[in-house]
Amino acid sequence: MGSIGRPMKRVEDRRLVTGRGEYVDDVPAPGALHVAIVRSTYAHARILGIDATAALALPGVVAVVSAADLGAANGPFPHPTWFPPHPPLAKAVDPFTRPERIWLLAAERARFAGEPVAAVVATDRYLAEDAARAVIVDYEPLPVIATAEQALAPDAPLLNPEWGDNIAVHFVIGAGDVDQAFEDADIVVRRTLRHGRAICTPIECRGVVAIPDRRSGDLSVWSSSQQPHWLRDALERTLRMPGDRIRVVAPDVGGGFGLKSMVYPEELLIPRLALHLKRPVKWIETRRENLASATHTRDQVHEIELAVDRDGTIRGLRDRFVIDGGIGSVESIVVPYTTACHLPLAYRIPTMRIECTVAVTNKAPSAAERGAGRPEAAFALESILDEAALALGMDRAAFRLHNALRIDEMPHDHGILYRDGTPLRLDGGDFRGDMSDALARLDYDTWLAEQAAGRTEGRLLGIGLAGYIEGTGVPPFEAANIRLDPSGRVIVSVGPPSQGQGHQTTLAQIASEYLSVPVELIRVIQGDTYAFPSGGGTIASRVIVVVGNAVAAAAIELREKILAAAGDQLEVAPADLEIRDGSVVAKGAPDVSIALTTLAARVTPGIGRMGSAGPGLEARGGFQPPTVTFGTGFHAAIVEVDPDSGLVTILRYVVVHDCGRLINPAIVDGQVIGGLAQGVGNGLFEELIYDEQGQLLTGTFADYLIPRATDLPTPIVIHKETRSERNPLGVKGVGEAGTVPGAALMLGAVRDALGQAGAGLATVPVTPGRIVTAIQAARAAGVPVGHAG
Amino acid sequence: MYPPAFTYHSPATLDEAIGLLARLGPGAKLLAGGASLIPLMKLRLVEPTDLVDLGRIPDLASIEEVDGHVRIGAMVRQADLLRSPVARSLALLGDACSVIADPSVRNVGTIGGNLSHGDPANDHPAIMLALEARLIARGPAGERTIAAADFNLDLLQVALAPDEVLTGIEVPLPISGQGTAYVKFERQVGDFALAAAAAVVVLDGGLVTEARVAFTNLAPTPVRSPAIEAALIGRAPDRATIAEAAQALVEIDPWADLRATAEVKRAMARAVAERAIRLAVERARRGVQS
Amino acid sequence: MSEHAIRVRVNGEDHTETVESRLLLVHFLREVLGLTGTHIGCDTTSCGACTINLDGRAVKSCTLFAVQADGHDIRTIEGLEDGDVLHPLQEGFREQHGLQCGYCTPGMIMAALPLLESNADPDEATIRTAISGNLCRCTGYAQIVTSIQWAAAALRGEVVATDADADPVWQPAAGPPGY
Repeated sequence: MGSIGRPMKRVEDRRLVTGRGEYVDDVPAPGALHVAIVRSTYAHARILGIDATAALALPGVVAVVSAADLGAANGPFPHPTWFPPHPPLAKAVDPFTRPERIWLLAAERARFAGEPVAAVVATDRYLAEDAARAVIVDYEPLPVIATAEQALAPDAPLLNPEWGDNIAVHFVIGAGDVDQAFEDADIVVRRTLRHGRAICTPIECRGVVAIPDRRSGDLSVWSSSQQPHWLRDALERTLRMPGDRIRVVAPDVGGGFGLKSMVYPEELLIPRLALHLKRPVKWIETRRENLASATHTRDQVHEIELAVDRDGTIRGLRDRFVIDGGIGSVESIVVPYTTACHLPLAYRIPTMRIECTVAVTNKAPSAAERGAGRPEAAFALESILDEAALALGMDRAAFRLHNALRIDEMPHDHGILYRDGTPLRLDGGDFRGDMSDALARLDYDTWLAEQAAGRTEGRLLGIGLAGYIEGTGVPPFEAANIRLDPSGRVIVSVGPPSQGQGHQTTLAQIASEYLSVPVELIRVIQGDTYAFPSGGGTIASRVIVVVGNAVAAAAIELREKILAAAGDQLEVAPADLEIRDGSVVAKGAPDVSIALTTLAARVTPGIGRMGSAGPGLEARGGFQPPTVTFGTGFHAAIVEVDPDSGLVTILRYVVVHDCGRLINPAIVDGQVIGGLAQGVGNGLFEELIYDEQGQLLTGTFADYLIPRATDLPTPIVIHKETRSERNPLGVKGVGEAGTVPGAALMLGAVRDALGQAGAGLATVPVTPGRIVTAIQAARAAGVPVGHAG
Repeated sequence: MYPPAFTYHSPATLDEAIGLLARLGPGAKLLAGGASLIPLMKLRLVEPTDLVDLGRIPDLASIEEVDGHVRIGAMVRQADLLRSPVARSLALLGDACSVIADPSVRNVGTIGGNLSHGDPANDHPAIMLALEARLIARGPAGERTIAAADFNLDLLQVALAPDEVLTGIEVPLPISGQGTAYVKFERQVGDFALAAAAAVVVLDGGLVTEARVAFTNLAPTPVRSPAIEAALIGRAPDRATIAEAAQALVEIDPWADLRATAEVKRAMARAVAERAIRLAVERARRGVQS
Repeated sequence: MSEHAIRVRVNGEDHTETVESRLLLVHFLREVLGLTGTHIGCDTTSCGACTINLDGRAVKSCTLFAVQADGHDIRTIEGLEDGDVLHPLQEGFREQHGLQCGYCTPGMIMAALPLLESNADPDEATIRTAISGNLCRCTGYAQIVTSIQWAAAALRGEVVATDADADPVWQPAAGPPGY
């Protein structure tokens, strides 16, 4: 029996359920010095001076380091995760984007509250924290840019005076004659929609341990990172040390969700301090630091309009959206462009024009986190679809079904480009079918009746509907090494690390499928630049597509080598051999066989003899994705709103999800359900709120709420498997898809529950405060609560 | 995450604790369960010179009936209070103890700590107001009782002298016809209340003869509403009467915060009051000892 | 500042150590005793990654000073296995894919343990409430709930762990190299 498609238990789990995981804070670092970081208390201020005298006098303090102490080593450096648009996109769309820079510590200016200003190094973290409070920073406050709106005002203070404005990114994309379509259409609906600022907060915060090797002068760095190879490259540039002398390891990582895909100042600073002090140095982020200084995401305002005909046919889409990028959009156009090109989802929208502006403000920097701009796209589009259906007097589901792309319309070209500059062509997936399956499983019609009945008793039931597409498996290409060890075990090494996705199981399942070696005997090594020197990171739902296919290619090649080597030994043509139960066996002659262990020993360098398989049973495979492959799906939910408290209870949640071929259905379930929890978080709970002075008001988990077990139902998840034709395995990525529709779904459901009284709801998270405010406003205006419209 | 240095004391007796407080001065603080204090210390919002741990003093964690009262020791943990008979005879205590913080925090948090902290977002202060409980404090001069109404002075300020220890709470035993309830709107488990209300009603012959309603987290201290109470006394508490009484609330002037505007909180206060009164009346009618 | 000799029983073993008054229990477990299975995820007692059992109850070890644990009995995730045999809760999380990154998992298991010790067959709502002080960012909780249900069923003797252990088990090479 093959291994692909089985919900196998994970090979990772025995360690993790017994407390034997090794997260960065668990990495042994005897004699390590501990760092506490002094962070700017101002959102925008000139740093006039730093007085560390009192701090240095405290017990255990080894050093207090500021930008001045680091000199040229402090930067600024080109930001390691910023890159220009892909040439084909640059040629066709020419997005305006400004290069970002990174400083290890704030130099002349602090640009957001929470930016690192100085590092206190002590023998113990408690002592380091004591001393951090004794460091006196002399700030001269500067005008604060607190919102994107302020940033774009004509007389705004400038975050980067050399720019001349506060615009980090700007572009327009389009298809067809949208203005004509708007003129011709029967109805135009408009809406201003706000998606709050959010952060994906893995439960493990960030952390870095750097250990210099006394003998060689080489450096080992453990970081809770999704991008160890990019970090290695960034360290090579900032430390001016050859990359082969820097080992970066992402050990067990306690969740990433994009937050750990960026290269952070602290990840460059701690290794620098370790080299300087010639001691192991360790910094573990606190949650307050995490919320204030790790990258933020979402925070988009869309002015969206849709042109439709009376029969429900969509004619065109126009959207202008602005992103509050904080001090910088440190992954360049990733989020803005991903939002823009996912806006049409899988609806038939013949004409469109989408304009995006990213403004810089005095807040933490922004980057891609789970969904990477797609949740905002689904939020904007699905919300305007609800409004259009209402304006037309059509059922919301019927309106969507009318415009949803059918599988027989695939591949469908939206007439715009994907971020890699290739035409955005949906490659299969039955979006309309996903939708109708979800509606059926939800019992949509029954709930419509239930809702109507509830309204007569003052019960506010709402139905949420939202779909998604997700371009997954983004280039660059990846490679994998695989070898058969004389012990009979297969060792697979790849670059990108895991943050809980279970790659050590799924990649082993893929290797097992082609080698007929049981998963128990396959070990996957990842996230260590010394074990595998390259990798583009575990981001963008790409690993199973890009790395998975590389592992498959490597396994196929290893199988050929095994059969060739066995052919030599057994004097049988390789084509007449197969691998079965730990041996290579002649087809139809089971007693002509050789155990894999014996075979490996006979051809392994150092103990064996080189045969036709070459120097050892080892192979390397790679996969270059042609472009992304699109997952599709649809979510539907029933909520009940308590009109007095504004509290929302999710009564039922249905997911229809198509990520192509399933490698491990249990793991896919986990990704989808975990994803939707974050979407619900965006929809109902999560919001980073700053005041007008740029101070973060939701700076702890007591204020920044994320969903708890009591906030979510057990969803119904239906898998469909439309295999991708863009990779040999037929897989599509799954990491982010579950998150994409959540915010749209929650707003739509609450708005539906409130009926006419919900017309003013246009912001997520749709919190109790916002809901009750809407109800109060409706009552004051004589608008009924919970009546259709 | 890394609290400041302090000196730890673990007195074996109450007198020893009081002596320590007197000797150490205002920089010293009592440590009960630590559920409120330790997070504040970890954020370095509170930096006491000394902590005097009440955890090793015997007899502060008992619940006893004495002379028509239930005496709840200050060190009784929320989880133990929830499982005790008094949480059934005074149902609002059970209501509250299942919504304070989260289940793991309730295993360490104490009723005395919850009250002494003086935080209007804590749940017990409003309950004690509605129950007309008496708080028992002991200091160098001996024991005194403080009416719940006199206990909360202002935000994070209570009527305990720096060298006094809250040792317990005396709550009147329920009388015939009494019903109680505590209703809280919270965004999720562990969050402080959007609004919460404690209600105690006594019915006689179908009419309300006593009513006390108090609110959590809507003012610097817990607040009672004589206006609501007056609107209930002498009336048959049907739905309409209760709804109308809840609207009579005038005593609070909530502030806006990240959770909601003042206007929304005012509406929520009325809503929780209405629900708490309704539940208390139901319980009174069911004759559930409560 | 003060230092105190404390004696605690951790996973059945007595430890006597001298600790600074401000040392949090979670740091004592992790750094003094080396029990790094107990994790830290917030500053505000919100996330429950540090949940352990103190005298048989689930508590958050980031919100206790080590000195407060003097004389008490502690159980951490490292104390659940019986030799090589996993506790049914540990087995349940593996069976039902109740973990992804694994960071919240020890806390989740330690929050669920006292529940199962007092309730042989908790329903979904009871389980969700019992773990409501524990945040998980990966799973959306559904598979955690079924993991705990699986463990309850295993403790009742109704289910046993499926198929072979999927962990890598090293087998020595079959024989001497032959050439």
